[in-house]
Amino acid sequence: MLNAVSLSLRAGQIVTLVGPNGAGKTTLVQVLLGLIAADEGQVERREGLVIGYVPQRFAVPPSLPMDVDGFLRLAGKSSLAERRAVLRRLDVPDLQGAALHTLSGGELQRVLLARALLRTPQLLVLDEPAQGLDVHGQQELYRLIAELRDESGCGVLMVSHDLHLVMAATDQVVCLEQHVCCVGTPEAISQHPEYLRLFGTDLRGFALYQHHHDHVHDLHGNVVSTSSSCASTGGCNHA
Amino acid sequence: MLESLAQVLGMPDFLLRAVLGGMGIALLAGPLGCFVVWRRMAYFGETLTHSAFLGVGLGLLLHVEPMIGVAAMGAVIAVILARRHPAEGLAEDTLLGLLAHSSLALGLVLLAFMEDVRVDLFAYLFGDILALSASELMWIGLADVLGLLLLVSMWQGLLAMTVHESLAAVEGRRVMALRLGFMLVLAVFVALAMKLVGILLTVSMLIIPAAAARRLARTPLQMAVGAVLVGVLATGLGLAVSMLWDTPAGPSMVVAAAALFVVMMLFPRRG
Repeated sequence: MLNAVSLSLRAGQIVTLVGPNGAGKTTLVQVLLGLIAADEGQVERREGLVIGYVPQRFAVPPSLPMDVDGFLRLAGKSSLAERRAVLRRLDVPDLQGAALHTLSGGELQRVLLARALLRTPQLLVLDEPAQGLDVHGQQELYRLIAELRDESGCGVLMVSHDLHLVMAATDQVVCLEQHVCCVGTPEAISQHPEYLRLFGTDLRGFALYQHHHDHVHDLHGNVVSTSSSCASTGGCNHA
Repeated sequence: MLESLAQVLGMPDFLLRAVLGGMGIALLAGPLGCFVVWRRMAYFGETLTHSAFLGVGLGLLLHVEPMIGVAAMGAVIAVILARRHPAEGLAEDTLLGLLAHSSLALGLVLLAFMEDVRVDLFAYLFGDILALSASELMWIGLADVLGLLLLVSMWQGLLAMTVHESLAAVEGRRVMALRLGFMLVLAVFVALAMKLVGILLTVSMLIIPAAAARRLARTPLQMAVGAVLVGVLATGLGLAVSMLWDTPAGPSMVVAAAALFVVMMLFPRRG
């Protein structure tokens, strides 16, 4: 179902895979992760590459009693202090003892991200990380992902089906429809004829909308003080 | 040794063997049953028990202990099912039903052909915990030790793949080996439990104690330990009822487990 796909990703780079439903985004991610084998072609990885993965569909069986800390322990060896630190970094310090199936969509995404980060990955792979979140929640999450990349220097591969919200947090966009139809910076892609053909409408009007955020939201959309989180990352001129 | 212990306790030998055997089964059924519940494998367990007749038949044909035939048959089914997409386009329950019933039918046909052996189908269907022999008790003890060791070593991996299989695979868990290992322990368990409570009730010893323990558990480990306790208690209660009122032993244990489940439902759910 996929052919003529060529894609490379360097440390510290955020690449976003966009494409309509059925374009093969998730299949490509599974091939890159080594979960399914490609019939042809090859995947080259740095030796001993540590990957942190945030899967697309995630539901804990309600019959399984498990709290967030127990879930994070499944990532491999980690200390309580490490798990506490990563939850604090993701602005969800209170969730450590919460039962997994009581989490909201936004909380669950952060807990999944926490598990990926516990492995100190060199590559972070996120399959539709913002699904089920409102616009503010999505912007917050993408901001966070960009910050984490800045802090750790890891490469990031994201899958998304809408470009305009990911744009600011992306270095390179790969547009997929069974094959790679165009590659480039978000600004270039949003005006690329192949992209416009796939997504039907000219998104220029709002795709290029640069949202200069002068405040920060918490998980519930409330505005919180910006001083602490912005000082550490050198300003929040993200979209 | 068992005889003297039985004398000290003032109970007949056969009853002591039944108590120990039942508790031995409950010990393995606790953690195993939790995974069956979490991973929705109840129908897989039924498929293993249905294939038992074929295992018994093959065992008799090859002159090996029928119990070993049953375990081997379960292992074969486990290997068939552990491979992904064995029959593309069929839902898993269809495939399980196909295996369960065709192996059951084949087993019955095979047993009918063997005119020189009389097989007590009733004993296989309902089990006879009160007829447990010392050597069978030893088998249960051995399976307990090996099965629990295996489950403890696979615990984190099995939990990880229960929560999310692809995520576990990306994190380096050997998903296929874990799945196969778990199914093999389950196959051995079925072969032993069948002796006690019979083909028809074996799966109940897996899922009822685990379901009862869910109510009060906040962690997977608590649920597994709780399931062991419920199973042990159900064994004791069931056998006591059976002795007092002369009810069939295996079914009495299952009724006791179900009663404990109902009692647990009175508590509010934690975690």
